[in-house]
Amino acid sequence: MSEMLNLTLKIWRQASPTAEGEFKTYKVYDISTHMSFLEMLDVLNEDLVRKGEEPVAFDHDCREGICGMCGFMINGQAHGPERKTTTCQLHMRFFKTGDVIVIEPWRARAFPVLRDLVVDRSAFDRVITSGGYISVNTGNAPDGNAVLVPKQDADRAFDAATCIGCGACVAACKNASASLFVSAKVSQMALLPQGRPERSQRVQAMVAQMDEEGFGGCSNTYECEAACPAGISVENIARMNREYIRATLTAAE
Amino acid sequence: MTTEAKVLDGRVPSGPMAEKWRKCKNEMKLVAPTMRRKYDVIVVGTGLAGASAAASLGELGYNVKSFCFQDSPRRAHSIAAQGGINASKNYQNDGDSVWRLFYDTVKGGDFRSREANVHRLAELSGNIIDQCVAQGVPFAREYGGVLANRTFGGVQVSRTFYARGQTGQQLLLGAYGALMRQVDHGRVKVFPRREMLDLVVVDGTARGIICRNLVTGQIESYAAHAVLLCTGGYGNAYYLATYAKGSNVTAAWRCYKRGAFFANPCFTQIHPTCIPVTGEYQSKLTLMSESLRNDGRVWVPVKQKDSRSPDQIPESDRDYFLERRYPAFGNMVPRDVASRAAKERCDSGYGVGETGQSVYLDFGDAIKRDGEATIKAKYANLFDMYEKITAENAYKAPMRIYPAIHYTMGGLWVDYYLQSTIPGLFVLGEANFSDHGANRLGASALMQGLADGYFIAPYTVGDHLVSKKLAAVNTDHPEFRRCQDETGSRISQMLSIGGKRSVESFHRELGKILWEYCGMSRSAKGLETAMQKIRTLREEFWKNVRVLGSGNNLNQDLEHAGRVADFLEFGEVLALDALTRNESCGGHFREEYQTAENDTKRDDQNFSHVAAWQYMGADKAPVRNTEPLEFTEVHPSQRSYK
Repeated sequence: MSEMLNLTLKIWRQASPTAEGEFKTYKVYDISTHMSFLEMLDVLNEDLVRKGEEPVAFDHDCREGICGMCGFMINGQAHGPERKTTTCQLHMRFFKTGDVIVIEPWRARAFPVLRDLVVDRSAFDRVITSGGYISVNTGNAPDGNAVLVPKQDADRAFDAATCIGCGACVAACKNASASLFVSAKVSQMALLPQGRPERSQRVQAMVAQMDEEGFGGCSNTYECEAACPAGISVENIARMNREYIRATLTAAE
Repeated sequence: MTTEAKVLDGRVPSGPMAEKWRKCKNEMKLVAPTMRRKYDVIVVGTGLAGASAAASLGELGYNVKSFCFQDSPRRAHSIAAQGGINASKNYQNDGDSVWRLFYDTVKGGDFRSREANVHRLAELSGNIIDQCVAQGVPFAREYGGVLANRTFGGVQVSRTFYARGQTGQQLLLGAYGALMRQVDHGRVKVFPRREMLDLVVVDGTARGIICRNLVTGQIESYAAHAVLLCTGGYGNAYYLATYAKGSNVTAAWRCYKRGAFFANPCFTQIHPTCIPVTGEYQSKLTLMSESLRNDGRVWVPVKQKDSRSPDQIPESDRDYFLERRYPAFGNMVPRDVASRAAKERCDSGYGVGETGQSVYLDFGDAIKRDGEATIKAKYANLFDMYEKITAENAYKAPMRIYPAIHYTMGGLWVDYYLQSTIPGLFVLGEANFSDHGANRLGASALMQGLADGYFIAPYTVGDHLVSKKLAAVNTDHPEFRRCQDETGSRISQMLSIGGKRSVESFHRELGKILWEYCGMSRSAKGLETAMQKIRTLREEFWKNVRVLGSGNNLNQDLEHAGRVADFLEFGEVLALDALTRNESCGGHFREEYQTAENDTKRDDQNFSHVAAWQYMGADKAPVRNTEPLEFTEVHPSQRSYK
């Protein structure tokens, strides 16, 4: 059975990338515990529109926890208090009536705020562009079973490949490091035979681009793993570091 | 002005079915490698179809511009597909073949798809798996290192390849990687946070698009030699659907209004196993994979409005209505049949849960039989997702499910070359209509998106580019100016209405109308009512909608308003299509046309055709053109699951 909550929200409002932002306080009433966090914000926005105030901008799309578009800090935690849960899959039953909830965008130099809770994460796209793929043109592929992949390797590659690219790891890290994100892609490719031919240049190019974008170095505090809604392990960071050392210490020719 | 309805030619190549695509490829014109860089191609949408097409065209050497409304190409809703992707590899040695995949798909579509397109899809299915493996897609593997397969609904072989419950994610990230590689090579430029708001047609040929930059609000024009529309389906017309919130019909609808025909809009798919609605605030619905019906038993109480908790209801007071009605197929009847049966029970007062709008999917017997560990190994991620959303533990108590809109088989009409009725406008993936007929089989959507993007469009677009004499056109052309001005004034108009109702409330109301009258079960009377109600709602929208803020910055309410305005026009054509198709087939169930057993009753005599709607101007009735469907390989038969 659902209960009804009355809540106080302190939300970061910022009109444009260059405008000064500030926290504004809003009250919402009769929030069903069945609602998702974003549905609670939908209720707030309907109310704001009714009052003639512009609704709070936030990114979201699939609302199933897989597209990676949603996400902001909820009471200082990326995606809120539930482990392995995106903001869209967080439900209001984890809050109590009377709670004060502070909501602000990801904070990182590489993720500038565009408006309210919306940030620009195109730095992630540029990191992938620098080498987060296998160079194979359409039509070049051998039969899918021509190269055998041990189940264990395929499973570990899959675990790394489930990263949804939301940016929570960056937001949770005190250095705003993108190590978890980058290492997930490096690991997926390094674990598969198809990714081996380019493993050296891939890890070097991606790490260079990560630095270029203004992400900080790994803080080794594992906040990223704790915040990650997809359950990406920090083991991947260790693997990325090994890949990097291997690439820099072993000459190509 | 009156226009005679036309009979459309799908330009299917002659010759034996299995030779058509090869023959077509041999006859199409090629563009020399050094010439390709002279051609600009626009690809709208970055799902499986869009990302794979843009990447492949970039690899060939064309100048590609790729657009998406999300903040990154990786977000497109293909990412949410769970179950898998079909391919007739016959790795399991269980008798699969190109012909069987072709046959299953034509039959599953209830004989309303174009045979030649489906055959080509089956032929290409194996190449897709190879391509994805080479890209590093981590498909499930057996201990020996070979690819694993599983079974899906409606077939007798194991041909589904999968990456746990996240196949769409892995395939899309593979295509996204290929796309970003072409960005690195300078062959593709990606334009994220852009919404296509118009198609520019010059001298009868698609030559560019108008977009809104969703961050700056700028109205932008882009010219090209061809436009590929890969913008997905229109299920969000129903408001509550398993689609991403941003999915919309706008790009396709704008093309319709510029002369592309819209085919079979009434062919919508309703998936039986979704998490039910809990209240008015609900913003979307979540699908639970079809595979659950392998072990779950569907039931409702025998007594109406029985409020006992399910564990208090003894076996004798339970009605396993699918097993009762369809003893041969039981809980594994096709999606449309299962959905209608659940709706009927709920409408008759037997539904369960707080709202009475759900039925039980019970794993109790399976857990007793196989043990909880076995069930967990098969479905853990689904049970977890269910618990995350409902706070209920499905190992202890049955799940509650209800049908929801999940996919749309209709879309812009395309010929065998995936070209719409506007030369130079190609339509790929869910946005076109061609391959799934009146009902899509599980694990076929991913296959179609990637076949279109990797292996079909790269050939057919090249053929168009060299076959047509395309004059140099840039964005200074008067037609671009005109379209840009029209787009701008439409936005200003929406912002200036200053009414009382939110965009969201209009969308919800439209969704309720369509779900009520044009959902799982449709009648002539209901559809007429729906059309009237939609017209009234549309009129109110343009008088009473309230869109705050300005057009010069990020304004999500304004984005939504534009999409809802188009859904309000499109919804009426959807209902009209359902009204004029006087038969039942696949997902289109007309109450007047059913068998004694409550199943769909096709009318092959009068309706073995595609209905392709042509825009005739605002406030004018669209014209219903047709493309006759011929079945030379698979003889149409009546489905029965008794």
